[in-house]
Amino acid sequence: MNGGAARIASRLWPAALLVAAAALPFLAPAYYVQFASKILIMGLLAMALNLVVGFGGLVSLCHAAFFGLAGYALALSAPQYEPTSLWITLPIAVGAAALAALAIGALSLRTRGIYFIMVTLAFGEMLFFLFHDTKIAGGSDGTFIYFKPEAIVGGLVLLDLEKPRVFYWVVLALTAAAVALLAAVVRSPFGRALEAARVNERRARSLGFPLYRIRLAAFVLSGALAGVAGYFNAAQFGYVAPQMLGWHLSATALVMVVLGGMRTVTGPLLGATILIGLEEVLRVLTEHWKLAEGLIVMVIVLTLSDGVRQLFEMAFGTATRMARPRAKAPLPAREAGHA
Amino acid sequence: MPEAALRAEKLEKRFGGLRAVADVSLDVRVGEIHAVIGPNGAGKSTLINLLSGELRVTSGTVHLGERNVSGLSPDRLGLAGVGRAYQKTTIFLPFTVFENVRLAAQAHAPGALRMFGAASRNAAVNARAREALATAGLEARAAAVAGLLSHGEQRQLEIAMVLASDPKILLLDEPLAGMGQAEARGMIDLIRSLKAGRAVLIVEHDMDAVFALADRLTVMADGRVIASGLPEDVRRDPAVRAAYLGEGE
Repeated sequence: MNGGAARIASRLWPAALLVAAAALPFLAPAYYVQFASKILIMGLLAMALNLVVGFGGLVSLCHAAFFGLAGYALALSAPQYEPTSLWITLPIAVGAAALAALAIGALSLRTRGIYFIMVTLAFGEMLFFLFHDTKIAGGSDGTFIYFKPEAIVGGLVLLDLEKPRVFYWVVLALTAAAVALLAAVVRSPFGRALEAARVNERRARSLGFPLYRIRLAAFVLSGALAGVAGYFNAAQFGYVAPQMLGWHLSATALVMVVLGGMRTVTGPLLGATILIGLEEVLRVLTEHWKLAEGLIVMVIVLTLSDGVRQLFEMAFGTATRMARPRAKAPLPAREAGHA
Repeated sequence: MPEAALRAEKLEKRFGGLRAVADVSLDVRVGEIHAVIGPNGAGKSTLINLLSGELRVTSGTVHLGERNVSGLSPDRLGLAGVGRAYQKTTIFLPFTVFENVRLAAQAHAPGALRMFGAASRNAAVNARAREALATAGLEARAAAVAGLLSHGEQRQLEIAMVLASDPKILLLDEPLAGMGQAEARGMIDLIRSLKAGRAVLIVEHDMDAVFALADRLTVMADGRVIASGLPEDVRRDPAVRAAYLGEGE
């Protein structure tokens, strides 16, 4: 069999893609480098969301709140006339997102199905109106972040995020790290238990898995990763507004997840690329681009139930699959006996 | 007398005004199969749900060995050694047979919820899963997707999962339901083999199977125990004949 070759290919593909992505700033104008950063940030948000949606089976409609909170944490902790330190504000922002996820998750995970969607939606909107209807950080107008954060080690500016290509490389490295982290988590005992709980809650519980704790941990991890995305989103555009926390963005991330496929770690990143790329193209072509985008997304979702990722699998075989431990689980003895 | 693995005392479960289970006491000893029978609506399923923690008792206590486990959640009871097979087969349909059993073994192994390291590479967990599959006679189906198994094989798989979690007591809710004759015979042999070193409580409608398997028998009607003891004694009990066996046979 070509199992060995497929395994090597499955390891080489991501590496080759990463190298190609890292070379982008040398090949494309700055506009597209910034555009690619935007895709990676939204892809990171969608991948974070997919940990609970695709693997946990919990459809959350409040992930924009964690994304936005981290952005606001940066805006509120950044001094007005000088760049802030990445080392300080990133942990603050991610910590704020994780804490919010812990509080919201602890309450909403007591419900199931449609009720869970509704409760997360309600919590997300509460945070939206907290920033929209009060004077915090400019109220409904939002507020500006005048300087991008910088990473300094011993007086030396290690990473100057004001440069688009440096910003892009930092975001690319973080996205790659998130993919590696999520791929490890879904293969780990914890990840398998999370999926088991999605597939058959009753069986998972009676085997002894503490479902509430497992789901809450996944929710917090997911919220923290959404916070990383939100931090860099705020840093990139130098601006935060309540829309960053609203359900509209939560739903957009969900569309990315569905478009790219829910059963893989990297599917949502593909979904983000397609959705944002589509917007960019349609915006140039027609004034009614939102209508066209909606129609195209509907066609994709209706014709390919497991998203665009399936299309890629059909086209390129299973080598591009990631995080499918159950496909590799069979006993070696069985394979040998069957040959 | 061998120690009681599970002891229930004066269990009561009320749903509003309905007393689904009232004043039920029974114990299951290590090395024996204790069958609970009774007409439909007798409270057998409610009883098994009380013992596995899926329903909370209104009053009464459940002991697992020396430990009072009344009111514990199903996952805590699962970890404490209560293994349960459901009336309606309850397995992970999209996963392979091996992954189903592996998950059961994982839940009871150290580091059951670790976030690093591939779950599929834990040699101790894999060995235990393989052992449970062998006991249940499903080794040859390890790589098959659970949802594609026959009904009988799925029931076997559920037993294998319960075994992989190394239970002190097995609660089997109608393990023969929906099985053909040949499949049922195999299942009866499997269940008989389970009592070695463990306690087994079984709820079953198939009277031939019950009398073939049970070391002790408890008969329920209208939520109460109407008779309990050795199968041959219970069979002769006039109250039992009136309430149950008379109409069934």
